[in-house]
Amino acid sequence: MSAVTINENSLKDIMNSPDTTPLPAAVSVAEARPTPFLQTERGLAFAEAIGKFFRAVLPPILGIALFILLWQMVSVSGGESGLPGPAKTWESAKLLFADPFYDNGPNDKGIGWNILHSLYRVGAGFGLAALVGIPLGFMIGRFQFLSGMASPIISLLRPVSPLAWLPIGLYVFKETEPASLWVIFISSIWPIILNTAAGVSRVPQDYLNVARVLNLSEWKIFTRILFPSVLPHLMTGIRLSIGVAWLVIVAAEMLTGGTGLGFWVWDEWNNLNVEHILIAIFIVGIVGLLLEQVLVMIANRFNYE
Amino acid sequence: MHSYLHIDNAKMVFDTKKGKFTALTDINLDVKQGEFIALIGHSGCGKSTLLNLVAGLTEPTQGVLLLSDKEIKGPGPERGVVFQNHSLLPWLTCFGNVYLAVERVFGAKEPKSKLKERTQAALELVGLSHAIHKHPNEISGGMKQRVGIARALAMEPKVLLLDEPFGALDALTRAGLQDELMRIVKETQATTLMVTHDVDEAVLLSDRIVMMTNGPSATIGEILEVDLPRPRDRLKLAENPAYHHLRGQVLEFLYQKHLKKAA
Repeated sequence: MSAVTINENSLKDIMNSPDTTPLPAAVSVAEARPTPFLQTERGLAFAEAIGKFFRAVLPPILGIALFILLWQMVSVSGGESGLPGPAKTWESAKLLFADPFYDNGPNDKGIGWNILHSLYRVGAGFGLAALVGIPLGFMIGRFQFLSGMASPIISLLRPVSPLAWLPIGLYVFKETEPASLWVIFISSIWPIILNTAAGVSRVPQDYLNVARVLNLSEWKIFTRILFPSVLPHLMTGIRLSIGVAWLVIVAAEMLTGGTGLGFWVWDEWNNLNVEHILIAIFIVGIVGLLLEQVLVMIANRFNYE
Repeated sequence: MHSYLHIDNAKMVFDTKKGKFTALTDINLDVKQGEFIALIGHSGCGKSTLLNLVAGLTEPTQGVLLLSDKEIKGPGPERGVVFQNHSLLPWLTCFGNVYLAVERVFGAKEPKSKLKERTQAALELVGLSHAIHKHPNEISGGMKQRVGIARALAMEPKVLLLDEPFGALDALTRAGLQDELMRIVKETQATTLMVTHDVDEAVLLSDRIVMMTNGPSATIGEILEVDLPRPRDRLKLAENPAYHHLRGQVLEFLYQKHLKKAA
Protein backbone atom coordinates (compact mmCIF):
# COMPACT_ATOMS: atom_id res chain seq x y z
CA MET A 1 0.00 0.00 0.00
CA SER A 2 1.39 3.37 -0.88
CA ALA A 3 1.39 6.20 1.59
CA VAL A 4 -1.09 8.24 -0.44
CA THR A 5 -4.21 6.46 -1.65
CA ILE A 6 -6.87 8.19 -3.64
CA ASN A 7 -10.14 6.37 -3.65
CA GLU A 8 -13.58 7.53 -4.71
CA ASN A 9 -14.35 9.20 -1.38
CA SER A 10 -11.09 11.01 -0.98
CA LEU A 11 -11.47 12.19 -4.56
CA LYS A 12 -14.87 13.66 -3.66
CA ASP A 13 -13.32 15.37 -0.67
CA ILE A 14 -10.69 16.90 -2.86
CA MET A 15 -13.26 18.07 -5.38
CA ASN A 16 -15.46 19.58 -2.66
CA SER A 17 -12.69 21.30 -0.77
CA PRO A 18 -12.54 25.06 -1.22
CA ASP A 19 -8.96 24.76 -2.45
CA THR A 20 -10.11 22.94 -5.57
CA THR A 21 -11.54 25.08 -8.33
CA PRO A 22 -13.08 23.62 -11.48
CA LEU A 23 -11.23 24.29 -14.71
CA PRO A 24 -12.34 27.69 -15.92
CA ALA A 25 -11.92 26.74 -19.59
CA ALA A 26 -14.70 24.14 -19.43
CA VAL A 27 -17.12 26.67 -17.98
CA SER A 28 -16.41 29.38 -20.51
CA VAL A 29 -16.81 27.04 -23.48
CA ALA A 30 -20.17 25.83 -22.21
CA GLU A 31 -21.37 29.39 -21.65
CA ALA A 32 -20.15 30.59 -25.03
CA ARG A 33 -22.38 28.13 -26.93
CA PRO A 34 -25.86 29.44 -27.67
CA THR A 35 -27.47 25.96 -27.82
CA PRO A 36 -25.56 23.33 -25.86
CA PHE A 37 -26.72 20.39 -27.97
CA LEU A 38 -24.35 17.98 -26.25
CA GLN A 39 -26.01 18.66 -22.92
CA THR A 40 -29.48 17.68 -24.06
CA GLU A 41 -30.57 14.08 -23.75
CA ARG A 42 -30.42 13.45 -27.47
CA GLY A 43 -27.07 15.13 -27.65
CA LEU A 44 -25.65 12.92 -24.94
CA ALA A 45 -26.92 9.81 -26.65
CA PHE A 46 -25.41 11.04 -29.91
CA ALA A 47 -22.07 11.76 -28.26
CA GLU A 48 -22.08 8.36 -26.66
CA ALA A 49 -22.83 6.62 -29.94
CA ILE A 50 -20.00 8.50 -31.65
CA GLY A 51 -17.67 7.65 -28.80
CA LYS A 52 -18.63 3.98 -28.94
CA PHE A 53 -18.09 3.91 -32.68
CA PHE A 54 -14.63 5.41 -32.41
CA ARG A 55 -13.63 3.16 -29.55
CA ALA A 56 -14.58 0.15 -31.65
CA VAL A 57 -13.21 1.29 -35.00
CA LEU A 58 -10.22 3.41 -34.12
CA PRO A 59 -7.86 0.70 -32.76
CA PRO A 60 -8.15 -1.61 -35.81
CA ILE A 61 -7.76 1.33 -38.22
CA LEU A 62 -4.70 2.54 -36.36
CA GLY A 63 -3.30 -0.98 -36.33
CA ILE A 64 -3.77 -1.39 -40.06
CA ALA A 65 -2.32 2.03 -40.77
CA LEU A 66 0.75 1.21 -38.68
CA PHE A 67 1.11 -2.10 -40.48
CA ILE A 68 1.00 -0.40 -43.90
CA LEU A 69 3.50 2.19 -42.71
CA LEU A 70 5.93 -0.52 -41.56
CA TRP A 71 5.47 -2.31 -44.83
CA GLN A 72 6.24 0.91 -46.71
CA MET A 73 9.36 1.45 -44.61
CA VAL A 74 10.60 -2.08 -45.21
CA SER A 75 10.04 -1.76 -48.96
CA VAL A 76 11.77 1.64 -49.16
CA SER A 77 14.73 0.51 -47.11
CA GLY A 78 15.29 -2.39 -49.52
CA GLY A 79 15.89 0.01 -52.40
CA GLU A 80 15.36 -1.20 -55.99
CA SER A 81 15.42 -4.92 -55.14
CA GLY A 82 13.29 -4.50 -51.97
CA LEU A 83 9.76 -5.74 -51.40
CA PRO A 84 7.06 -3.99 -53.44
CA GLY A 85 5.37 -1.29 -51.38
CA PRO A 86 1.65 -1.06 -50.51
CA ALA A 87 0.80 1.30 -53.39
CA LYS A 88 2.49 -0.83 -56.03
CA THR A 89 0.84 -3.97 -54.67
CA TRP A 90 -2.55 -2.24 -54.65
CA GLU A 91 -2.18 -1.22 -58.32
CA SER A 92 -1.23 -4.77 -59.20
CA ALA A 93 -4.21 -6.16 -57.27
CA LYS A 94 -6.60 -3.84 -59.12
CA LEU A 95 -5.34 -5.18 -62.44
CA LEU A 96 -5.53 -8.75 -61.19
CA PHE A 97 -9.11 -8.50 -59.96
CA ALA A 98 -10.27 -6.58 -63.04
CA ASP A 99 -10.55 -9.92 -64.84
CA PRO A 100 -10.57 -12.73 -62.27
CA PHE A 101 -12.10 -15.44 -64.44
CA TYR A 102 -10.04 -15.57 -67.63
CA ASP A 103 -8.80 -18.93 -68.81
CA ASN A 104 -5.73 -19.19 -71.08
CA GLY A 105 -5.10 -22.87 -70.91
CA PRO A 106 -4.01 -25.16 -68.07
CA ASN A 107 -1.25 -23.05 -66.44
CA ASP A 108 -2.70 -19.57 -66.91
CA LYS A 109 -6.04 -19.00 -65.24
CA GLY A 110 -7.59 -15.99 -63.53
CA ILE A 111 -7.22 -15.51 -59.79
CA GLY A 112 -10.90 -16.33 -59.27
CA TRP A 113 -10.43 -19.80 -60.77
CA ASN A 114 -7.42 -20.44 -58.56
CA ILE A 115 -9.32 -19.46 -55.42
CA LEU A 116 -12.28 -21.64 -56.43
CA HIS A 117 -10.01 -24.60 -57.15
CA SER A 118 -8.38 -24.34 -53.74
CA LEU A 119 -11.78 -24.00 -52.06
CA TYR A 120 -13.08 -26.99 -53.97
CA ARG A 121 -10.15 -29.14 -52.82
CA VAL A 122 -10.60 -28.04 -49.22
CA GLY A 123 -14.32 -28.76 -49.47
CA ALA A 124 -13.88 -32.18 -51.03
CA GLY A 125 -11.04 -33.29 -48.74
CA PHE A 126 -12.83 -31.98 -45.68
CA GLY A 127 -16.13 -33.52 -46.81
CA LEU A 128 -14.52 -36.95 -46.99
CA ALA A 129 -12.90 -36.39 -43.60
CA ALA A 130 -16.29 -35.46 -42.10
CA LEU A 131 -17.93 -38.48 -43.72
CA VAL A 132 -15.44 -40.82 -42.09
CA GLY A 133 -14.53 -38.81 -38.98
CA ILE A 134 -17.97 -38.01 -37.56
CA PRO A 135 -19.26 -41.61 -37.34
CA LEU A 136 -15.85 -42.73 -36.11
CA GLY A 137 -15.87 -40.02 -33.44
CA PHE A 138 -19.35 -41.07 -32.29
CA MET A 139 -18.29 -44.70 -31.99
CA ILE A 140 -15.05 -43.88 -30.18
CA GLY A 141 -16.93 -41.62 -27.79
CA ARG A 142 -19.67 -44.17 -27.08
CA PHE A 143 -17.62 -47.33 -26.65
CA GLN A 144 -14.71 -47.37 -24.23
CA PHE A 145 -13.22 -50.39 -25.96
CA LEU A 146 -13.03 -48.70 -29.36
CA SER A 147 -11.57 -45.63 -27.72
CA GLY A 148 -8.82 -47.78 -26.23
CA MET A 149 -8.15 -49.30 -29.64
CA ALA A 150 -8.03 -46.02 -31.52
CA SER A 151 -6.20 -43.79 -29.10
CA PRO A 152 -2.61 -45.08 -29.65
CA ILE A 153 -3.02 -44.82 -33.42
CA ILE A 154 -4.50 -41.33 -33.28
CA SER A 155 -1.84 -40.17 -30.82
CA LEU A 156 0.87 -41.46 -33.16
CA LEU A 157 -0.49 -40.11 -36.43
CA ARG A 158 -1.93 -36.79 -35.35
CA PRO A 159 1.36 -34.91 -34.85
CA VAL A 160 2.63 -35.90 -38.32
CA SER A 161 3.11 -32.91 -40.61
CA PRO A 162 0.38 -32.97 -43.27
CA LEU A 163 2.82 -32.72 -46.16
CA ALA A 164 4.56 -35.91 -45.05
CA TRP A 165 1.43 -37.69 -46.29
CA LEU A 166 1.77 -36.31 -49.82
CA PRO A 167 4.28 -38.87 -51.13
CA ILE A 168 2.07 -41.68 -49.83
CA GLY A 169 -0.87 -40.17 -51.68
CA LEU A 170 1.14 -39.74 -54.88
CA TYR A 171 2.38 -43.32 -54.65
CA VAL A 172 -1.04 -44.84 -54.00
CA PHE A 173 -3.13 -42.71 -56.38
CA LYS A 174 -0.46 -42.05 -59.05
CA GLU A 175 -2.06 -38.65 -59.69
CA THR A 176 -1.73 -35.24 -58.11
CA GLU A 177 -5.42 -34.36 -57.71
CA PRO A 178 -6.45 -37.28 -55.48
CA ALA A 179 -3.11 -36.99 -53.70
CA SER A 180 -3.82 -33.41 -52.63
CA LEU A 181 -7.35 -34.38 -51.54
CA TRP A 182 -5.77 -37.17 -49.53
CA VAL A 183 -3.49 -34.71 -47.75
CA ILE A 184 -6.46 -32.49 -46.85
CA PHE A 185 -8.42 -35.54 -45.73
CA ILE A 186 -5.75 -36.94 -43.46
CA SER A 187 -4.83 -33.61 -41.89
CA SER A 188 -8.37 -32.46 -41.22
CA ILE A 189 -9.80 -35.74 -39.93
CA TRP A 190 -8.14 -35.67 -36.48
CA PRO A 191 -9.86 -32.58 -35.05
CA ILE A 192 -13.22 -33.96 -36.22
CA ILE A 193 -12.71 -37.38 -34.63
CA LEU A 194 -11.29 -36.03 -31.38
CA ASN A 195 -13.87 -33.30 -30.86
CA THR A 196 -16.81 -35.53 -31.72
CA ALA A 197 -15.56 -38.24 -29.36
CA ALA A 198 -14.98 -35.71 -26.58
CA GLY A 199 -18.50 -34.35 -27.13
CA VAL A 200 -20.08 -37.79 -26.94
CA SER A 201 -18.27 -38.74 -23.76
CA ARG A 202 -19.33 -35.43 -22.20
CA VAL A 203 -23.07 -35.72 -22.75
CA PRO A 204 -24.44 -34.73 -19.32
CA GLN A 205 -25.57 -37.68 -17.20
CA ASP A 206 -28.81 -35.78 -16.54
CA TYR A 207 -29.82 -36.06 -20.18
CA LEU A 208 -28.97 -39.75 -20.26
CA ASN A 209 -31.04 -40.23 -17.09
CA VAL A 210 -33.96 -38.54 -18.86
CA ALA A 211 -33.48 -40.99 -21.70
CA ARG A 212 -33.55 -43.91 -19.26
CA VAL A 213 -36.57 -42.68 -17.33
CA LEU A 214 -38.48 -42.09 -20.56
CA ASN A 215 -37.21 -45.43 -21.83
CA LEU A 216 -36.30 -43.94 -25.23
CA SER A 217 -35.25 -46.12 -28.13
CA GLU A 218 -31.61 -46.08 -29.28
CA TRP A 219 -32.61 -44.08 -32.36
CA LYS A 220 -34.45 -41.47 -30.31
CA ILE A 221 -31.52 -41.28 -27.89
CA PHE A 222 -29.26 -40.55 -30.85
CA THR A 223 -31.47 -38.01 -32.63
CA ARG A 224 -32.93 -36.24 -29.59
CA ILE A 225 -30.13 -36.40 -27.05
CA LEU A 226 -26.71 -37.51 -28.30
CA PHE A 227 -26.58 -35.63 -31.60
CA PRO A 228 -27.89 -32.24 -30.40
CA SER A 229 -25.72 -32.46 -27.32
CA VAL A 230 -22.59 -33.24 -29.36
CA LEU A 231 -23.30 -30.66 -32.07
CA PRO A 232 -21.42 -27.74 -30.43
CA HIS A 233 -18.33 -29.94 -30.02
CA LEU A 234 -18.74 -31.20 -33.55
CA MET A 235 -18.87 -27.63 -34.85
CA THR A 236 -15.63 -26.84 -33.02
CA GLY A 237 -14.06 -29.87 -34.67
CA ILE A 238 -15.27 -28.76 -38.09
CA ARG A 239 -13.92 -25.26 -37.55
CA LEU A 240 -10.49 -26.52 -36.54
CA SER A 241 -10.56 -28.99 -39.44
CA ILE A 242 -11.33 -26.43 -42.08
CA GLY A 243 -8.72 -24.11 -40.58
CA VAL A 244 -6.08 -26.83 -40.88
CA ALA A 245 -7.26 -27.76 -44.37
CA TRP A 246 -6.96 -24.19 -45.55
CA LEU A 247 -3.44 -23.96 -44.10
CA VAL A 248 -2.41 -27.17 -45.76
CA ILE A 249 -3.93 -26.65 -49.21
CA VAL A 250 -1.58 -23.80 -50.16
CA ALA A 251 1.45 -25.87 -49.25
CA ALA A 252 0.12 -28.98 -50.99
CA GLU A 253 -0.67 -27.10 -54.20
CA MET A 254 2.82 -25.63 -54.27
CA LEU A 255 4.10 -29.19 -54.54
CA THR A 256 1.46 -30.70 -56.80
CA GLY A 257 1.01 -27.77 -59.21
CA GLY A 258 -1.69 -27.38 -61.84
CA THR A 259 -4.22 -24.96 -60.38
CA GLY A 260 -5.06 -23.38 -57.06
CA LEU A 261 -3.73 -20.58 -54.91
CA GLY A 262 -0.67 -22.53 -53.79
CA PHE A 263 0.29 -23.31 -57.36
CA TRP A 264 -0.25 -19.65 -58.30
CA VAL A 265 2.10 -18.49 -55.52
CA TRP A 266 4.78 -20.83 -56.73
CA ASP A 267 4.19 -19.87 -60.36
CA GLU A 268 4.48 -16.17 -59.54
CA TRP A 269 7.66 -16.91 -57.60
CA ASN A 270 9.08 -18.48 -60.75
CA ASN A 271 8.00 -15.34 -62.64
CA LEU A 272 9.53 -13.26 -59.84
CA ASN A 273 6.25 -11.35 -59.55
CA VAL A 274 6.59 -10.48 -55.87
CA GLU A 275 3.49 -8.22 -55.81
CA HIS A 276 1.36 -11.21 -56.75
CA ILE A 277 2.88 -13.28 -53.97
CA LEU A 278 1.99 -10.56 -51.48
CA ILE A 279 -1.52 -10.40 -52.93
CA ALA A 280 -1.78 -14.19 -52.59
CA ILE A 281 -0.87 -13.93 -48.91
CA PHE A 282 -3.68 -11.42 -48.38
CA ILE A 283 -6.14 -13.59 -50.30
CA VAL A 284 -5.27 -16.67 -48.27
CA GLY A 285 -5.69 -14.65 -45.08
CA ILE A 286 -8.99 -13.07 -46.10
CA VAL A 287 -10.55 -16.31 -47.37
CA GLY A 288 -9.42 -18.09 -44.20
CA LEU A 289 -10.96 -15.34 -42.09
CA LEU A 290 -14.25 -15.50 -44.00
CA LEU A 291 -14.43 -19.31 -43.66
CA GLU A 292 -13.85 -19.00 -39.93
CA GLN A 293 -16.51 -16.28 -39.55
CA VAL A 294 -19.12 -18.27 -41.45
CA LEU A 295 -18.44 -21.35 -39.34
CA VAL A 296 -18.60 -19.34 -36.10
CA MET A 297 -21.98 -17.99 -37.22
CA ILE A 298 -23.25 -21.50 -37.90
CA ALA A 299 -21.86 -22.73 -34.57
CA ASN A 300 -23.63 -19.95 -32.67
CA ARG A 301 -26.88 -21.07 -34.18
CA PHE A 302 -26.45 -24.41 -32.37
CA ASN A 303 -25.46 -23.00 -29.03
CA TYR A 304 -28.37 -23.55 -26.63
CA GLU A 305 -26.95 -22.43 -23.34
CA MET B 1 -52.86 -53.33 4.91
CA HIS B 2 -52.11 -53.95 1.29
CA SER B 3 -49.16 -51.91 0.16
CA TYR B 4 -48.72 -50.56 -3.33
CA LEU B 5 -45.04 -49.81 -3.17
CA HIS B 6 -43.14 -52.23 -0.98
CA ILE B 7 -39.48 -51.83 -0.10
CA ASP B 8 -38.05 -54.82 1.69
CA ASN B 9 -34.69 -54.68 3.42
CA ALA B 10 -33.04 -52.63 0.68
CA LYS B 11 -29.33 -51.92 0.94
CA MET B 12 -27.24 -49.82 -1.39
CA VAL B 13 -23.47 -50.07 -1.55
CA PHE B 14 -21.44 -47.98 -3.98
CA ASP B 15 -17.97 -48.80 -5.25
CA THR B 16 -15.89 -45.69 -4.87
CA LYS B 17 -12.20 -44.98 -5.27
CA LYS B 18 -11.81 -45.22 -1.52
CA GLY B 19 -13.50 -48.63 -1.40
CA LYS B 20 -17.05 -49.68 -0.62
CA PHE B 21 -19.45 -47.03 0.58
CA THR B 22 -22.69 -48.14 2.19
CA ALA B 23 -25.21 -45.41 1.42
CA LEU B 24 -28.40 -47.10 2.59
CA THR B 25 -29.12 -50.09 4.74
CA ASP B 26 -32.18 -51.85 6.21
CA ILE B 27 -34.70 -49.78 4.31
CA ASN B 28 -38.22 -51.07 4.86
CA LEU B 29 -41.17 -49.04 3.69
CA ASP B 30 -44.74 -49.65 2.60
CA VAL B 31 -46.62 -47.03 0.67
CA LYS B 32 -50.36 -47.13 0.01
CA GLN B 33 -51.81 -46.20 -3.34
CA GLY B 34 -52.44 -42.47 -3.61
CA GLU B 35 -50.31 -41.65 -0.59
CA PHE B 36 -47.97 -38.65 -0.52
CA ILE B 37 -44.67 -39.47 1.16
CA ALA B 38 -41.95 -36.95 1.93
CA LEU B 39 -38.39 -38.17 2.44
CA ILE B 40 -36.49 -35.80 4.67
CA GLY B 41 -33.01 -35.82 6.16
CA HIS B 42 -29.73 -33.98 6.16
CA SER B 43 -27.87 -33.76 2.89
CA GLY B 44 -25.89 -36.88 2.09
CA CYS B 45 -28.31 -39.15 3.94
CA GLY B 46 -29.26 -41.09 0.84
CA LYS B 47 -32.71 -39.63 0.18
CA SER B 48 -31.98 -39.27 -3.52
CA THR B 49 -30.38 -42.70 -3.60
CA LEU B 50 -33.60 -44.19 -2.27
CA LEU B 51 -35.62 -42.27 -4.86
CA ASN B 52 -33.34 -43.50 -7.63
CA LEU B 53 -33.92 -47.06 -6.45
CA VAL B 54 -37.67 -46.61 -6.79
CA ALA B 55 -37.16 -44.91 -10.15
CA GLY B 56 -35.12 -47.92 -11.24
CA LEU B 57 -32.12 -45.80 -12.23
CA THR B 58 -30.00 -47.88 -9.86
CA GLU B 59 -30.48 -51.39 -8.54
CA PRO B 60 -30.20 -52.22 -4.85
CA THR B 61 -27.19 -54.23 -3.71
CA GLN B 62 -29.52 -56.23 -1.51
CA GLY B 63 -33.25 -56.43 -0.91
CA VAL B 64 -36.29 -56.06 -3.11
CA LEU B 65 -38.52 -53.25 -4.31
CA LEU B 66 -42.02 -54.18 -5.42
CA LEU B 67 -44.49 -51.95 -7.23
CA SER B 68 -47.99 -53.44 -7.26
CA ASP B 69 -46.41 -56.84 -6.56
CA LYS B 70 -43.94 -56.65 -9.44
CA GLU B 71 -40.22 -56.23 -8.90
CA ILE B 72 -38.75 -52.94 -10.02
CA LYS B 73 -36.09 -53.68 -12.62
CA GLY B 74 -35.04 -50.52 -14.40
CA PRO B 75 -37.00 -47.36 -15.14
CA GLY B 76 -40.51 -47.51 -16.52
CA PRO B 77 -43.16 -45.12 -17.76
CA GLU B 78 -45.45 -45.93 -14.83
CA ARG B 79 -42.97 -44.02 -12.65
CA GLY B 80 -42.59 -40.36 -13.62
CA VAL B 81 -39.48 -38.62 -12.33
CA VAL B 82 -39.02 -34.89 -11.75
CA PHE B 83 -35.32 -34.18 -11.43
CA GLN B 84 -33.73 -31.76 -9.04
CA ASN B 85 -32.28 -29.59 -11.80
CA HIS B 86 -35.25 -29.94 -14.18
CA SER B 87 -33.08 -31.75 -16.81
CA LEU B 88 -34.93 -30.33 -19.79
CA LEU B 89 -33.31 -30.81 -23.17
CA PRO B 90 -32.22 -27.30 -24.17
CA TRP B 91 -32.64 -27.88 -27.92
CA LEU B 92 -36.32 -28.77 -27.62
CA THR B 93 -39.14 -26.34 -26.81
CA CYS B 94 -41.30 -26.88 -23.73
CA PHE B 95 -43.73 -28.63 -26.04
CA GLY B 96 -40.95 -30.77 -27.54
CA ASN B 97 -39.68 -31.82 -24.13
CA VAL B 98 -43.09 -32.99 -22.98
CA TYR B 99 -43.96 -34.47 -26.37
CA LEU B 100 -40.87 -36.69 -26.22
CA ALA B 101 -42.31 -38.39 -23.13
CA VAL B 102 -45.89 -38.54 -24.47
CA GLU B 103 -44.73 -40.02 -27.77
CA ARG B 104 -42.79 -42.73 -25.97
CA VAL B 105 -45.66 -43.82 -23.74
CA PHE B 106 -48.69 -43.40 -26.02
CA GLY B 107 -47.11 -43.17 -29.50
CA ALA B 108 -47.77 -46.79 -30.37
CA LYS B 109 -51.52 -46.72 -29.85
CA GLU B 110 -52.67 -43.15 -30.41
CA PRO B 111 -52.66 -40.82 -33.45
CA LYS B 112 -50.44 -37.76 -33.54
CA SER B 113 -53.28 -35.33 -32.94
CA LYS B 114 -54.11 -37.10 -29.68
CA LEU B 115 -50.45 -37.00 -28.62
CA LYS B 116 -50.36 -33.26 -29.22
CA GLU B 117 -53.54 -32.85 -27.20
CA ARG B 118 -52.01 -34.74 -24.31
CA THR B 119 -48.87 -32.60 -24.43
CA GLN B 120 -50.91 -29.42 -24.44
CA ALA B 121 -53.08 -30.66 -21.60
CA ALA B 122 -50.05 -31.50 -19.46
CA LEU B 123 -48.56 -28.03 -19.98
CA GLU B 124 -51.95 -26.47 -19.24
CA LEU B 125 -52.13 -28.43 -15.99
CA VAL B 126 -48.97 -26.72 -14.75
CA GLY B 127 -50.14 -23.35 -16.05
CA LEU B 128 -47.74 -22.99 -18.95
CA SER B 129 -50.04 -22.74 -21.98
CA HIS B 130 -48.51 -19.37 -22.83
CA ALA B 131 -44.90 -20.58 -22.98
CA ILE B 132 -45.52 -23.72 -24.98
CA HIS B 133 -43.17 -22.89 -27.86
CA LYS B 134 -40.38 -21.33 -25.84
CA HIS B 135 -37.01 -22.97 -25.32
CA PRO B 136 -35.86 -23.73 -21.76
CA ASN B 137 -33.26 -20.93 -21.82
CA GLU B 138 -36.03 -18.41 -22.46
CA ILE B 139 -38.04 -19.17 -19.32
CA SER B 140 -37.47 -18.80 -15.57
CA GLY B 141 -36.28 -21.50 -13.19
CA GLY B 142 -39.77 -21.99 -11.76
CA MET B 143 -41.22 -22.41 -15.24
CA LYS B 144 -38.53 -24.94 -16.16
CA GLN B 145 -39.38 -26.96 -13.09
CA ARG B 146 -43.06 -26.85 -14.12
CA VAL B 147 -42.16 -28.22 -17.54
CA GLY B 148 -40.27 -30.99 -15.74
CA ILE B 149 -43.41 -31.75 -13.74
CA ALA B 150 -45.56 -31.60 -16.88
CA ARG B 151 -43.21 -34.04 -18.60
CA ALA B 152 -43.51 -36.50 -15.71
CA LEU B 153 -47.31 -36.07 -15.46
CA ALA B 154 -47.90 -36.40 -19.20
CA MET B 155 -46.84 -40.02 -19.00
CA GLU B 156 -49.79 -40.60 -16.66
CA PRO B 157 -47.57 -42.29 -14.11
CA LYS B 158 -48.97 -44.29 -11.25
CA VAL B 159 -46.08 -43.07 -9.13
CA LEU B 160 -44.66 -39.58 -9.18
CA LEU B 161 -41.08 -39.29 -7.93
CA LEU B 162 -39.80 -35.82 -7.12
CA ASP B 163 -36.16 -35.20 -6.22
CA GLU B 164 -36.00 -31.87 -4.37
CA PRO B 165 -38.02 -30.35 -7.19
CA PHE B 166 -38.27 -26.88 -5.68
CA GLY B 167 -34.87 -26.79 -3.99
CA ALA B 168 -33.32 -24.28 -6.38
CA LEU B 169 -36.25 -21.86 -6.39
CA ASP B 170 -36.95 -18.73 -4.38
CA ALA B 171 -39.46 -18.95 -1.53
CA LEU B 172 -42.36 -17.26 -3.36
CA THR B 173 -42.06 -19.38 -6.49
CA ARG B 174 -41.69 -22.45 -4.33
CA ALA B 175 -44.90 -21.73 -2.42
CA GLY B 176 -46.81 -21.26 -5.68
CA LEU B 177 -45.55 -24.54 -7.08
CA GLN B 178 -46.29 -26.39 -3.84
CA ASP B 179 -49.92 -25.28 -4.04
CA GLU B 180 -50.03 -26.34 -7.66
CA LEU B 181 -48.50 -29.71 -6.84
CA MET B 182 -51.16 -30.30 -4.16
CA ARG B 183 -53.88 -29.55 -6.69
CA ILE B 184 -52.31 -31.78 -9.37
CA VAL B 185 -51.78 -34.71 -7.04
CA LYS B 186 -55.39 -34.43 -5.89
CA GLU B 187 -56.55 -34.40 -9.52
CA THR B 188 -54.37 -37.26 -10.75
CA GLN B 189 -54.46 -39.39 -7.57
CA ALA B 190 -50.84 -40.32 -8.17
CA THR B 191 -48.83 -41.99 -5.44
CA THR B 192 -46.04 -39.54 -4.72
CA LEU B 193 -42.57 -39.77 -3.23
CA MET B 194 -40.84 -36.47 -2.72
CA VAL B 195 -37.31 -35.84 -1.52
CA THR B 196 -37.00 -32.58 0.35
CA HIS B 197 -34.93 -30.84 2.99
CA ASP B 198 -37.62 -28.29 3.71
CA VAL B 199 -39.56 -29.08 6.90
CA ASP B 200 -42.53 -26.81 6.07
CA GLU B 201 -42.81 -28.31 2.60
CA ALA B 202 -42.84 -31.83 4.04
CA VAL B 203 -45.56 -31.07 6.59
CA LEU B 204 -47.67 -29.08 4.15
CA LEU B 205 -47.71 -31.64 1.36
CA SER B 206 -47.41 -35.13 2.73
CA ASP B 207 -49.50 -37.81 4.39
CA ARG B 208 -46.44 -39.31 6.01
CA ILE B 209 -42.94 -37.98 6.53
CA VAL B 210 -40.13 -40.50 6.35
CA MET B 211 -37.21 -39.14 8.36
CA MET B 212 -33.82 -40.58 7.60
CA THR B 213 -30.76 -40.88 9.80
CA ASN B 214 -27.42 -39.50 8.70
CA GLY B 215 -25.20 -41.43 6.33
CA PRO B 216 -23.13 -43.43 5.77
CA SER B 217 -25.32 -46.50 6.27
CA ALA B 218 -28.38 -44.28 6.51
CA THR B 219 -31.70 -45.82 7.28
CA ILE B 220 -35.23 -44.78 8.16
CA GLY B 221 -35.20 -43.24 11.61
CA GLU B 222 -38.85 -42.38 12.22
CA ILE B 223 -42.04 -42.13 10.24
CA LEU B 224 -44.44 -39.33 11.12
CA GLU B 225 -48.15 -39.41 10.25
CA VAL B 226 -49.38 -36.02 9.09
CA ASP B 227 -53.08 -36.18 9.89
CA LEU B 228 -53.93 -32.63 8.90
CA PRO B 229 -57.22 -32.45 6.98
CA ARG B 230 -57.16 -31.75 3.24
CA PRO B 231 -57.43 -29.50 1.35
CA ARG B 232 -54.68 -27.70 3.23
CA ASP B 233 -54.23 -23.98 3.16
CA ARG B 234 -50.81 -22.64 4.08
CA LEU B 235 -52.24 -19.48 5.66
CA LYS B 236 -54.70 -21.33 7.88
CA LEU B 237 -52.07 -23.93 8.82
CA ALA B 238 -49.85 -21.15 10.10
CA GLU B 239 -52.30 -20.72 12.97
CA ASN B 240 -52.97 -24.42 13.46
CA PRO B 241 -51.35 -25.84 16.63
CA ALA B 242 -51.33 -29.37 15.18
CA TYR B 243 -49.26 -28.10 12.27
CA HIS B 244 -46.73 -26.54 14.60
CA HIS B 245 -46.59 -29.66 16.70
CA LEU B 246 -45.80 -31.80 13.64
CA ARG B 247 -43.25 -29.30 12.46
CA GLY B 248 -41.65 -29.36 15.88
CA GLN B 249 -41.41 -33.13 15.79
CA VAL B 250 -39.59 -33.11 12.47
CA LEU B 251 -37.25 -30.37 13.63
CA GLU B 252 -36.57 -32.25 16.82
CA PHE B 253 -35.64 -35.35 14.85
CA LEU B 254 -33.36 -33.43 12.51
CA TYR B 255 -31.66 -31.12 14.97
CA GLN B 256 -31.60 -33.00 18.24
CA LYS B 257 -31.60 -36.70 17.57
CA HIS B 258 -29.63 -36.63 14.37
CA LEU B 259 -27.76 -33.39 14.30
CA LYS B 260 -25.24 -33.53 11.54
CA LYS B 261 -21.83 -32.65 12.85
CA ALA B 262 -20.51 -29.62 11.05
CA ALA B 263 -17.81 -30.71 8.65
